[in-house]
Amino acid sequence: MDSLQSYLFLSIILFCFGLYGVMTRRNGVAVLMGIELILNSANLNFVAFNRFGGLTETLPGHVFALFVIVMAASEAAVALAIIINLYKTLQTVNVDEANEMKG
Amino acid sequence: MDPRTQYALAILLLPLASFVLQIFFGRRLGPRGVWISVMAVFTTLILAFSMLLTVALGTPMEHHPEVMWFSLGDFYVTLGLQLDNLTVVMLTVVALISATVHLYSVAYMRGDVRYTRYFGYLGLFTFSMNGIVVAHSLIMMYVFWELVGLSSYLLIGHWFEKDAAASAGKKAFLTNRVGDIGMFIGIMLFWLATGSFTFQGLLEAVDVEGLNLFAGQATLLTAAGILVFIGAMGKSAQFPLHIWLPDAMEGPTPVSALIHAATMVVAGVYLMVRMFPMLTPDALLFVGAIGAITAMLGALIAITQFDIKRVLAYSTVSQLGYMIMAVGVGAQQAAFFHLATHAMFKGLLFLCAGSVIHAIHQALHEEGDHTTDAQDMRNMGGLWRKLPLTYITMIVGTLALSGVPLFSGFLSKDAILAGTLAFARDHQQWWAVLFPVAGFGAAAITAFYMFRLIFMTFHGEPTDSKVHSRIKEPPALMTVPLIGLALLCLPLFFTLPQVDPFRGEGWLAEVVYQEENLTGHEELGAEHLEHGIHEAHGTAVALSLSVAGLGILLSAMFYFFGWLDPKEWAERLRRPGLYQLSFYKFYFDEIYAALIYRPFLWLTDAIAWFDWEIWDQWFIDSWGRNTVRAGNASGWVDYNWLDQIVIDGIGRMTRGAGAVGRRLQTGRIQNYLMWALAGGAAAFFLVSSI
Repeated sequence: MDSLQSYLFLSIILFCFGLYGVMTRRNGVAVLMGIELILNSANLNFVAFNRFGGLTETLPGHVFALFVIVMAASEAAVALAIIINLYKTLQTVNVDEANEMKG
Repeated sequence: MDPRTQYALAILLLPLASFVLQIFFGRRLGPRGVWISVMAVFTTLILAFSMLLTVALGTPMEHHPEVMWFSLGDFYVTLGLQLDNLTVVMLTVVALISATVHLYSVAYMRGDVRYTRYFGYLGLFTFSMNGIVVAHSLIMMYVFWELVGLSSYLLIGHWFEKDAAASAGKKAFLTNRVGDIGMFIGIMLFWLATGSFTFQGLLEAVDVEGLNLFAGQATLLTAAGILVFIGAMGKSAQFPLHIWLPDAMEGPTPVSALIHAATMVVAGVYLMVRMFPMLTPDALLFVGAIGAITAMLGALIAITQFDIKRVLAYSTVSQLGYMIMAVGVGAQQAAFFHLATHAMFKGLLFLCAGSVIHAIHQALHEEGDHTTDAQDMRNMGGLWRKLPLTYITMIVGTLALSGVPLFSGFLSKDAILAGTLAFARDHQQWWAVLFPVAGFGAAAITAFYMFRLIFMTFHGEPTDSKVHSRIKEPPALMTVPLIGLALLCLPLFFTLPQVDPFRGEGWLAEVVYQEENLTGHEELGAEHLEHGIHEAHGTAVALSLSVAGLGILLSAMFYFFGWLDPKEWAERLRRPGLYQLSFYKFYFDEIYAALIYRPFLWLTDAIAWFDWEIWDQWFIDSWGRNTVRAGNASGWVDYNWLDQIVIDGIGRMTRGAGAVGRRLQTGRIQNYLMWALAGGAAAFFLVSSI
């Protein structure tokens, strides 16, 4: 089972779960969690392609995955701050209800 | 300048100066200022009289100065004076009557609201009348002719506060205008026929052609003559344009004496005497017929009138008919003779009537009676004791008018009657006899109604003794003119140097007799006519004496002796309708109302209706209405089609597209994401299928 396809397969399942969460959840926190899943599926792709692509010397896939984790952490911080502010203003974390600017 | 011209111009312009003075400075000068007008007119009398003396003493006047007035290419009109014997006599008559009336008016009009203006208008009238007399051409005469009409209008309407006076003035003016239109066309026709407006030019023109009696142009000249005569019909109150003269009696009585008895109304006769040589026999026949009808008509109406001035007015109509008839039968010298004598005695009669009216009016005023008509003869009677001077002078005038021997009217009337007899003898047709019949008939009736007037006014019992006792003779200023004019009713003033009151020859006949006046009338050649008149003279005298006697006798039987009851006879005549016919003046006013005024009013109403309802409301307004309609239609199209469908359609389409498009813009991030996913999937399949 140690092959690229099984990694990619797992990554697709992760991505689909994440996408499903982003698209179906109305709770902002849950959407954020879905985004985390999508990002991690991408990380899994980076690492898998790095290993099976023969780039073991420089490990660019790993570096990329690290960057993505850092960016995901900061994104989660910013997004959570937004959600908290949203909750403060609208008394809800439901993204559907944040439609003040809808024409 | 020739002294004759100077004299004539002075006579012409002095009254004009008087008019200007009274109109512009009359108020400042005050009532005494009218004496200036009186002096001016008396000066013209002196000048005219000195000219007359020269002429009468055997120096015939023949002077025709003229200056260019204006010219248009070959066509030109001159201003000038026609100074011949006829002019001089006529000027004297006008000046004499005008001066007398001026003097009389000073007392008669005293206290009038428009005292000075009245004298101004008298001056204007005298100026215009003198203008007619001295005019050397038909054009110039026409100008003064109209001026006379105007001043007559102003003087008739002097008391314009009275409706009757105001409408009488209008009636006189308009009736005269009817005649004047004919006259103007006649003047044009004369110009067409002869190429000249002046009397001299006309005379020369007919003189040449007169060799064979107006050769080739007889019809044109007949038409021209009749048309000019229509002008004379208007001014001289001839049937059927006589209707204005009786109404004109609404003016002050001296005005009636001056204008409507002695001067203006004889302007037509004067014109016809002047135009006599230019008139064809056919035109003359028309003139004569109109004159004869008028003479009878006026006399018949005068019988039944009760207003003293109206009796005199119809008498004037009748006498003017006489003169015109005389011109028509070729006795134009007799016509002029009668004009001169008539001016004196009719002027006198009017001034006497004025004196009676003045006296009664004064008496009624003192009694505080303002309703009784001071001019109605039924309110008079027995006045001879109270107004002896007026009575005597009026008797003189009446005798002269009735054609009683020893008075001037006898001679002139006789000359006319002799003329009609000679005419009847010359023309052996049945209708020619109608002229003497009309002449003698009118003479008899004239005697009758004039003595009726005298008896009703001065004899019998006074109607109101209280008023009667207050009546007194008017002041000397009014009686002196009466005496002066009464003296001029004596024949010797017209026949000097011979003094036989039965013979008409004398200075006037000498002066007026002008051989060239008969040019073109070989048929009624001067000598032939003279001969005929001379032959008829005896018959005329006998006949006229008997008819006048008959008239006076009948009148005395009715109104003096009381043998016949006028009321009873009136009833008797009422049955066949004859009395009403005379009393209502042959219904002329009613006939004109029915045939002219009312149809005219209907016509104007109809035209006004057409103008308003059809033209204005329907046609003109339909432009507006149709514009509104077209505007509405175009507005409807603009709104319903262009605006609502095209313009709004674009908007609707945009909105519809927007409505569709905005369904995509849900604002839900998941939806966008799904679209993005769908798009990404589509792109993937698209790329991978290639």
